Amino acid sequence: MADAALDTLVDRVRAARADKTALNIGGGHTKAFYGEAPQGVPLDVRPLAGISSYEPSELVVTVRAGTALAELEAALAEQGQCLPFEPPHFAPGGTVGGMVAAGLSGPARAAVGGVRDYVLGATLLNGRAEVLSFGGQVMKNVAGYDVSRLLAGSMGVLGVLCEVSLKVLPLPVASQTLRFEVDEAEALRRLNTWGGQPLPVNASAWWDGTLVVRLSGAAAAVRSAVDRLGGDPVDPALAGPFWTGLRDQSDEFFTKAAAAVAAGATLWRLSVAQTAPPMALPGEHLVEWGGAQRWVVTTAAAARVREAAARAGGHATVFRGDKAGGALAPLSAPLQRIHKQLKTAFDPDRIFNPGRLYADL
Amino acid sequence: MNAPLPAAAAAVSDPTATDRAAALDRVVSALSPLLPAHALLYRREDTVPYECDGLTAYRQLPLAVALPETEDQVAAVLRACHAIGVPVVARGAGTGLSGGAMPHGLGVTLSLAKFNRILKIDALARTAQVQCGVRNLAISEAAAPLGLYYAPDPSSQIACTIGGNVAENSGGVHCLKYGLTLHNVLKVRGFTVEGEPVEFGGDGLDAAGLDLLAVVVGSEGMLAVTTEVTVKLCPKPQVARCIMASFDDIRKAGDAVAAVIAAGIIPAGLEMMDKPMTAAVEDFVHAGYDLDAEAILLCESDGTPEEVAEEIGRMLAVLQGCGATRVAVSENEAQRLRFWSGRKNAFPASGRISPDYMCMDSTIPRKRLADILIAIAAMEKKYGLRCCNVFHAGDGNLHPLILFDANDPDQMHRCELFGADILETSVALGGTVTGEHGVGVEKLSSMCVQFSPEEREQMFAVKRAFDAAGTLNPGKVIPTLHRCAEYGRMHVKKGLLPFPELERF
Repeated sequence: MADAALDTLVDRVRAARADKTALNIGGGHTKAFYGEAPQGVPLDVRPLAGISSYEPSELVVTVRAGTALAELEAALAEQGQCLPFEPPHFAPGGTVGGMVAAGLSGPARAAVGGVRDYVLGATLLNGRAEVLSFGGQVMKNVAGYDVSRLLAGSMGVLGVLCEVSLKVLPLPVASQTLRFEVDEAEALRRLNTWGGQPLPVNASAWWDGTLVVRLSGAAAAVRSAVDRLGGDPVDPALAGPFWTGLRDQSDEFFTKAAAAVAAGATLWRLSVAQTAPPMALPGEHLVEWGGAQRWVVTTAAAARVREAAARAGGHATVFRGDKAGGALAPLSAPLQRIHKQLKTAFDPDRIFNPGRLYADL
Repeated sequence: MNAPLPAAAAAVSDPTATDRAAALDRVVSALSPLLPAHALLYRREDTVPYECDGLTAYRQLPLAVALPETEDQVAAVLRACHAIGVPVVARGAGTGLSGGAMPHGLGVTLSLAKFNRILKIDALARTAQVQCGVRNLAISEAAAPLGLYYAPDPSSQIACTIGGNVAENSGGVHCLKYGLTLHNVLKVRGFTVEGEPVEFGGDGLDAAGLDLLAVVVGSEGMLAVTTEVTVKLCPKPQVARCIMASFDDIRKAGDAVAAVIAAGIIPAGLEMMDKPMTAAVEDFVHAGYDLDAEAILLCESDGTPEEVAEEIGRMLAVLQGCGATRVAVSENEAQRLRFWSGRKNAFPASGRISPDYMCMDSTIPRKRLADILIAIAAMEKKYGLRCCNVFHAGDGNLHPLILFDANDPDQMHRCELFGADILETSVALGGTVTGEHGVGVEKLSSMCVQFSPEEREQMFAVKRAFDAAGTLNPGKVIPTLHRCAEYGRMHVKKGLLPFPELERF
């Protein structure tokens, strides 16, 4: 890829490198709240817009980083395809680059994989102002290190994502949402038991005594799973907005969480073993991803939350609220060293999103 | 198996005898206090079995082979080698097809064969925690009583280890639907080059910070040494059925592959064999393949009986709509396995019709299947060698098998040019030089074609971030600038080399 918009970015990076200016890479800034506080002069990637190539029969789309996520999703939907990992839209205007850089996935994550699993290739502008391409547009590719997937969730600390190739999938033929009245422990038990059976469970959420499960797949498979699982079928007219609201954190749980955060609580995202028992933490809990993602709104101390997550085989992130103890869980010594050295490998002058992932990175 | 290629093997610089003797002294005195006597091999007769992996064309005797039995011993060996600056090459079952585990002439081969225990299978969590030397198929066998299995199924799955699968990001015939190794691994435990314990990933679906698991998987043992892997297990599909469809034209078969995907179907497997391949395998397995067909597609559906019935119906409609001349649907498991028997035996069947063969592994966009087949047919004439083609058609991954006689140096040379031509053509068609076998040493030169000097330097920088001294499996995956310059000079298009009488490499 080469054109004026890209040339401008290359020049900006070259200049920033020369005078050691930090750049705050951004698109729609819909996830500015996520991670550590952004620093530096804004570098808008939105001029780098448009779908570069899309052939539905290849199940691959190549899109420039500044393209609006909503625009990409609409183009895919027109061909009966989608980004199966359901990236969240926290506000209108989010871009594809922001989606990949944040690496956040929605309700279907446990069933279909996350953003990283759909990245096939990427073009990166690194800290030496070089435009580099890794990966490609094919499903199977083991030529060299998988740098493109490393960029998913990197929060822009390795460079400016310019273009990305993503695997896409057909929209499911059929879908049905079911509702069960169960407590958290029973919900976890059921989700994990179902997970071991050939059932088309595609998403799940438990909160406040109610478990909601979405089945997606071939019509016959969804029908037979509905018969087998029981529960109360949810009207599709209600189910659709429910899952979108959960994805975008605009549903009742997250609305209440926002109010609690305003009053001093913290919204934590815990990524743990899906079989981990209910977290022994005060406050409201919402369980997603078959048990692998737990949202907790609490006033408990950060150390206590992080310890609970570590005991459950995972880690805890401050999603919204006080980040004095760091947004992300601290790394082990060797991982911390590798992180620093990778940062240097891509961005020797530390100009891209400094401190956005970890304060010292 | 690939045949030995003496000329290619000489590409690896042989250390001088004095260098070797001095280095061996240092290594033996550093490692012998750390390992039981039987776990350190350095006599020629003991180390010869380790001189190559599944790519037998490239051989190199290691200085010594360490066979640690505990993680503490692995750490100690790594620490000691790091302290004296000796290269370490980790090795699993040695089934790799690109020379990723080929020893270093002045280095230690770290065999992890003794790490072969399945530590835990958690039925509720659907995970298996296994040591790196556990065989791929052994995981599925252990999980079978629970109705679970490990999805990635490289064709070497009876022998290859999960540690090797992590190193190569191995695929298999079912990865279109179920993903590659990366998509089925939660956590990798192991050691840094310095011998420090390290964990990538976690028991949850993501880890804090950069997604290092994504870059460690597929790094061909150059970033860390894996000793333990936690994999995801999937529920075993209740039923699998396979359609065998014949086509009288390669292009129609290629278009049918694209049409199946365009119809919104993700088959469990979608494979193609061309006419020469079909003839070779039919002669070997007698499965009743259509010998008149220019191409045969195998298209599989798995899931619940209702799901499979529905999907098979949709697949049949697409295949027939694309002009299939014959279709058959497996009616039972025995018949399904018979349909697959030829595809699974493509390599040994090729071994029967030719003294030697060279297996390529590039990937192209699906829509270019017919183009590459037609290009390969032209190359057969150009290089005067035959080529049989089997493809993981669903994901565009090609395995052309170039037939040749390694005893004829000229054939061998033409075979190498043929192979390089296929890889370069694949890149030109929008693909990649390796889909699942890895770069290793075999495709180092082809990496010069696919990546710019700056991209290769960025990969070296990634390597240094994990391994500053560059002693973990050095010389693999990323070609040096010097090597690419040499390749560029020597590799003249149209198969014409300057001074063809001279020995190369």
